[in-house]
Amino acid sequence: MKLESQRLGEMIVIRVMDDRIDAAGAIQFKERMRELIADPSERVVLDMSNVGFLDSSGLGAVVSVMKALGPIRRLELSGLTPTVEKVFRLTRMDSVFIIHKSLPEERRNAG
Amino acid sequence: MLAEKGLGFSQSVDPPDTVRFMLPSDPASIRAGLTTLFALDLLRPLTEESLGTVQIVLAEALNNVVEHAYVSFPGKIEVWVTLRDGFMFIRLLDDGLPMPGGTVPGDKRIRSDDLPEGGFGWHMIRTLSHDLTYQRDGTRNLLSFCIGVDYHS
Repeated sequence: MKLESQRLGEMIVIRVMDDRIDAAGAIQFKERMRELIADPSERVVLDMSNVGFLDSSGLGAVVSVMKALGPIRRLELSGLTPTVEKVFRLTRMDSVFIIHKSLPEERRNAG
Repeated sequence: MLAEKGLGFSQSVDPPDTVRFMLPSDPASIRAGLTTLFALDLLRPLTEESLGTVQIVLAEALNNVVEHAYVSFPGKIEVWVTLRDGFMFIRLLDDGLPMPGGTVPGDKRIRSDDLPEGGFGWHMIRTLSHDLTYQRDGTRNLLSFCIGVDYHS
């Protein structure tokens, strides 16, 4: 599971480079995310624009990362592809996360 | 060509709208099987949205076999996929443990306030599929369901 992290002021943007987060990669995703979020920041944005498919194990891993962030830092998601968006909607997890259509403005300007 | 991938894929000649393949019961094989299936010509007429829906349901059903039926010993999962009359008919057979109580688990209500990390699978299967049935035949589990699909116009 390849993840790339970039710091932009008080925000860490983590981009998933793999095209799926499924039962075969969920544990690796969780472990790698925990390493990356150990770096303190106000905001953590997970860029999922490369991820075409997410199953319930992958969703569970994203939820567990959010829990690991604690009550103050909230996990923000960006760039959900249609099938991934559907999984979040069907499980009502779309109401739990802050979901951006694309990366927040600061990131795009920086890019 | 499909057999080269080691997944035992075979596309039936008669009927031509059916594929059958065998998957070992581990997550990497499930991923490889799904990736191979969704690259087949048989599925090419389907819209992206339908392909997404089918992949969600099939992945959850297969993961369930790996995580529960084959929790204590490994085995094979036989997958039959038929695309006919606007529906994808799917049958999964395995030689693992029976479903507890002999039935498909109920739809656990998902509450966003307690942030579950699991239990999403059957909810999605039930929401997206029709005619979900489970049978135990001797030492075999048979799970079948169908999914309405749309074709490119």
